[in-house]
Amino acid sequence: MAIVRDIMPAFELFQPATIQDALGLLDRYGRDAWVLAGGLDSFDWLKDRVKRTKVVVDLSQIKELTGIREAGGGLEIGAMTTLTEVVRHPVVKAKYSILSEGAESAASPQIRNQGTLGGNVSQDARCWYYRGGWKCYRAGGNICFADTPTAINREHAILGADRCVAVNPSDSAPALIALDAQMVIRNSKGERTVNAEDYFVGPEIDITRMTVLKPGDLLTAIRIPATWAGAQFYFEKIRDRPVWDFPLLNVASAMVVSGGNIERIRIVVNAAAARPLRLTAVENAVRGKPRNAATGELGGKIAIEGAEPLRYNGYKIPLMRNLVKRAISGVEETKWT
Amino acid sequence: MPNTNNTEDTAKGLSRRDVIKGVIAGGAVSSSAYLFRSSVVQAQQSAAGSAERLVTLTVNGQQRRVDVMKQETLLTTLRYKLGLTGSKMGCDRSECGACTVLVDDVPHYSCSVLTHTVRGKNIVSIEGLASPAGKLHPVQQGVMDEHGFQCAFCLPGFVMATVGFLKVNPNPTRAQLAHGISGNLCRCQDYDKILTAMMRGAENSRKATHA
Repeated sequence: MAIVRDIMPAFELFQPATIQDALGLLDRYGRDAWVLAGGLDSFDWLKDRVKRTKVVVDLSQIKELTGIREAGGGLEIGAMTTLTEVVRHPVVKAKYSILSEGAESAASPQIRNQGTLGGNVSQDARCWYYRGGWKCYRAGGNICFADTPTAINREHAILGADRCVAVNPSDSAPALIALDAQMVIRNSKGERTVNAEDYFVGPEIDITRMTVLKPGDLLTAIRIPATWAGAQFYFEKIRDRPVWDFPLLNVASAMVVSGGNIERIRIVVNAAAARPLRLTAVENAVRGKPRNAATGELGGKIAIEGAEPLRYNGYKIPLMRNLVKRAISGVEETKWT
Repeated sequence: MPNTNNTEDTAKGLSRRDVIKGVIAGGAVSSSAYLFRSSVVQAQQSAAGSAERLVTLTVNGQQRRVDVMKQETLLTTLRYKLGLTGSKMGCDRSECGACTVLVDDVPHYSCSVLTHTVRGKNIVSIEGLASPAGKLHPVQQGVMDEHGFQCAFCLPGFVMATVGFLKVNPNPTRAQLAHGISGNLCRCQDYDKILTAMMRGAENSRKATHA
């Protein structure tokens, strides 16, 4: 990463006060407009001069994008709500604790005080070849520098790689998918909602984007339905340092158990692929089975089917198997193998 | 060179107050000029909320009028425009915590905040903690009591992060405080002593509140 210790290159700054004004600006400037939420992802790009922009549309003054409201039996969280607010919110803690755990595991306290839920799910890939300004597939080139015989790729993908081997780094995304959340997206033509699991795109669909957002689109809110309120949750994040680091892998599961059997389950792993992976094959295999170590074992085995290691990330395969085991059968039932 | 002499005479004749008044008046003119821009494009921009350059910031309880570039970070403004060099530039990438300040009582990395986003907010840097008479803030006193730091480059950030954390949790355990200020790095690896000093600071703060 280039280390430049002076101010960022100049840009025009707009600070609209309403969503409507923001959408107008996005329409007017199209691809030239850079949407700024908390800024923790954006400023790295701009300070390093790896990406440049002429126009920044800062969302920080738009009140209607912040706050957590009860809606439709569940919650609606404004996209500009900070991770700290999500972590501390009493209803999130009581009914959807998997989300507060996921959000609290992200980055550092100061970053959570400023970083937003919308930004956390919409952030760009953290592959350092890409962030270092190498002209890779994701940057519009025709090579992946992380997938060469000498590449350092300990943090990269084991599943779903297609030319690009970067992973999605979000800690809140798997929790939101496990909770069956909906992403509310607006542009000047209107509003649409997208299931959280469909919000993310892999390189096979668009190698230069992480989400379905296109120029002119704004993620305005995230809706969490009551479907999984108070279910049994499991979240775990594996990383090198307990602060700042992005996940090497994380797992989130929501489960309803009745009479010792798994009645309903959603389970999601992130940092294994370019998009958070909902493990539907695992869900189907363990549904109706007793919640025990054997079922966890089964789920773990299915989860890693098709996984392909790069030179330095082979450890992720047993790690993912074990995380899925734990997410299904609980820590007490599962020994690390 | 008579002209040069004249200029110098004029400069000497101005009092500090005159200069400040002049700066403030100049600022007012710039601000209203912005409202009456004639260019169509610029008028559109201002209607949709383009940021002005001359802004008023509340820093350590004082109103400071300052010319801020659109892309300027709060750390740059504090250090290079307002002369408040207590907040340090370590990494400039949200990865060390040396630049931590409070924005409306919440710790932020000032290297990663656009100054224009904190107009109207209450900014407190390490310079704003001690009383005007010079009495140290209880957390600063904790550092003195426990000799908490080695080189102390990270000190302002640690103290601001602690002060912010104590506003939410005034009576933390050592583990809770460690988690609360985990967004700050110390290259001297002096964490144990720092934590002891910050715990003493928390204790001092509670005593000061009860006193």
